Amino acid sequence: MELNQYLEVFIEESKEHLQACNEQLLELEKNPQDLTIINEIFRSAHTLKGMSATMGYEDLASLTHQMENVLDAIRNNRLTTTPEILDVIFMAVDHLEDMVQSIASGGDGKKDVTETVEKLKLIEKGEPLSGSAKNEVAASAVLEVNQESHYDEFELTVLKQSKEQGFGVYEIAIALREDCLLKAARVYMVFEVLEKIGEVIKTNPSVEQLEEEQFDHEFTVTIVSKDDPEDIKGMIMKVSEVVKTDLRSLEFDNKINEETIEALDTSKAPGESNSPTLDQSQSIASEVSPVIDKKGSVKQQTNSSKTIRVNIERLDILMNLFEELVIDRGRLEQISKDLENGELTETVERMSRISGDLQNIILNMRMVQVETVFNRFPRMIRQLARDLNKKINLEIVGAETELDRTVIDEIGDPLVHLLRNSVDHGIESPEVRKSKGKNEEGTVVLRAFHSGNHVFIEIEDDGAGISRDKVLKKAISKGIITEQSAAGFTDKQAYELILSSGFSTAETISDISGRGVGLDVVKNTIESLGGSISIDSKENEGTIFSIQLPLTLSIISVMLVEIQKEKFAIPLSSIIETAIIKDTDIMNAHNQKVIDFRGKVVPLLFLKDIFEVPSEQVDDQYHSVIIVRKGDKMAGLIVDSFIGQQEVVLKSLGNYLTNVFAISGATILGDGQVALIVDCNALIK
Amino acid sequence: MAENLVSDLKVIVFQLNDKEYGVPVSQVKSIEKIMHITRVPHTNPFVKGVMNLRGVVTPLLDLRVRFGMGEQAYNEATRVIIVTVEDKEVGLIVDGANDVIDIPTSLIEPPPEVVGITAEGFIDGVANLDKRLLILIDLNKILESDEVKAL
Repeated sequence: MELNQYLEVFIEESKEHLQACNEQLLELEKNPQDLTIINEIFRSAHTLKGMSATMGYEDLASLTHQMENVLDAIRNNRLTTTPEILDVIFMAVDHLEDMVQSIASGGDGKKDVTETVEKLKLIEKGEPLSGSAKNEVAASAVLEVNQESHYDEFELTVLKQSKEQGFGVYEIAIALREDCLLKAARVYMVFEVLEKIGEVIKTNPSVEQLEEEQFDHEFTVTIVSKDDPEDIKGMIMKVSEVVKTDLRSLEFDNKINEETIEALDTSKAPGESNSPTLDQSQSIASEVSPVIDKKGSVKQQTNSSKTIRVNIERLDILMNLFEELVIDRGRLEQISKDLENGELTETVERMSRISGDLQNIILNMRMVQVETVFNRFPRMIRQLARDLNKKINLEIVGAETELDRTVIDEIGDPLVHLLRNSVDHGIESPEVRKSKGKNEEGTVVLRAFHSGNHVFIEIEDDGAGISRDKVLKKAISKGIITEQSAAGFTDKQAYELILSSGFSTAETISDISGRGVGLDVVKNTIESLGGSISIDSKENEGTIFSIQLPLTLSIISVMLVEIQKEKFAIPLSSIIETAIIKDTDIMNAHNQKVIDFRGKVVPLLFLKDIFEVPSEQVDDQYHSVIIVRKGDKMAGLIVDSFIGQQEVVLKSLGNYLTNVFAISGATILGDGQVALIVDCNALIK
Repeated sequence: MAENLVSDLKVIVFQLNDKEYGVPVSQVKSIEKIMHITRVPHTNPFVKGVMNLRGVVTPLLDLRVRFGMGEQAYNEATRVIIVTVEDKEVGLIVDGANDVIDIPTSLIEPPPEVVGITAEGFIDGVANLDKRLLILIDLNKILESDEVKAL
């Protein structure tokens, strides 16, 4: 079978499932007793296993399988979650990620994971991993019990609860005709019927297997319903190709419960490490209804986030086509205005409105929640904190903030760098924190929010803060600044020195941060995205790194100007203001024409000459000038006239014309013509 | 039959200075009429600028200038052949383009080795089809040599 076409989907989905695993594992670490979380992880792992086996990645499948076994054991209360077990599972997920990464980069996804597999096996058997006491006999005894009842505790609780609320609990054995071709379709139809009359609690084989037609001709479904058993049977029989429906009402005598509780007792007995199990059974007994609620909400969640994967290239094509449409719309509007036909005008106006909405939708399609970048950080921080023996709590605020996909792709690495920096250099070790009278646990807040046409991302820690003196001393010793200039630095300027190249304050180089590449890389990346970064800090109270990013890279605000018959676009981000100056305002300084602009001497650049615009000499006493800046430096660009401010879609000149002087790209104007975008940074030295 | 298919080269025929040239169909994306061109400053003289090709900003090269033939005002017959070479997409401005033909590869000869031919160095081969001389151009060279200069 040709699998290549599915590879991309496989990789994407695998990544998603692994991410889900990671998130849920972190959740689980906080609430080790929550069975729904285990179920979520189990489901992700299970799907991953199925997918990788289908795609022929055996190593991936077998590791997932081992992981699944352990999860299953936890789910069925044969094991309890301990940090040790979680560590191994995290390790397994890491390996899985490596494998998927390898597949994505064209490798075969093979990796030696015997060690992890061994560990997982040990855990599964309940053997001590690193001295934590566990009794194999007890575990296997529980195993038998559970297999007999073949409902796990979560399901049992739900079933029992439903029964108490007056629902009927039925186990239905359904058989399909042996020559049935579309088994999955029939299963689907059966489920549709069942979901109308009640709720499906369990199936055997699992739903996934049923959907993949991994069953013979019979399967069993356990449902809770208020309907009459005979009605249920009749309804199922109506589904074509169903030949047999055996309905059995389940009775929950105390025996099953006792068995489970007994099972819990056995597993609890051997060592103290298992004591949480008891709490678990108690908490479940007392909080049965919330569990059911949770299940309901989980279902809703899966319903609401239905997505399809679209290649970003296709979105770009869609965008291009749409722009064409907009241009034609403009022409149509013009024609209808000339013709003055009521009906035509009305239609064209309607079309304009609709295409306006369409434009918004298309633009929004490229927006991605920053969550996609943020979601890998909790895991990273957890690992860092463990490696560094620090206690760190990561708070994420505003993960739903949306950014353009292109920005999202680029922002990950700088954020990793900054977070590592905060954890490594910012947050102090628990002992130091204690002696300073702070909470032992350090807090790092990752915050994202919208403001105007920008998105801000802040990384705030309550750590040691930046020492102004230390920074200045270091900068002087590195030759970045001179001693004289150091005195005049404001605090903010001093802090920002740590972003300059060749600067690293960590006394010892650790592999967490400060591995030669300094924060200057972060600064460069952010600036190349059209953003900026600033630092605020208070010694012993903490530091805030604040990143400002444009909402999107593909749409920028520009000032359109005309030089003779040619139109150029100047990004608003570099414009300070526009002015009209008289010939007499222009002064000469060393062959360079300058003006006095609000007390500052600003050099003038005639864009007409710079861009070699063919022109006849016209003498005008007045000149339109745009004051632009690059950092602290300014320049005045002389143009013929201003057209106005506009939002334009940024386009590249293609791969043929690279490195055109002072041109950063192009855009297509409303009349279909191309206008070049001026790169002000290249004009100012 | 199968042999014929393999050894035929399908080319787009275009005119420059009343001579006929060919580019392999596989490298041609489309043929367009000339549209509004936006000049790009500080580029080679034969780069006429960029145009909006259905939302994609496409650079245009005037092949007459590229081959050193002397410029000519564009008219109704002027065409832009959009070609793709590796990852580059450019438009070639030619006097006219109106034919697609199959050339048996056996009829393609290496470029004549005499000096002074216009388009020298850009020729991939020459095909002789019943008194119709077709010059096959090498797109790679047309785009490549420019890059070095541009840098």
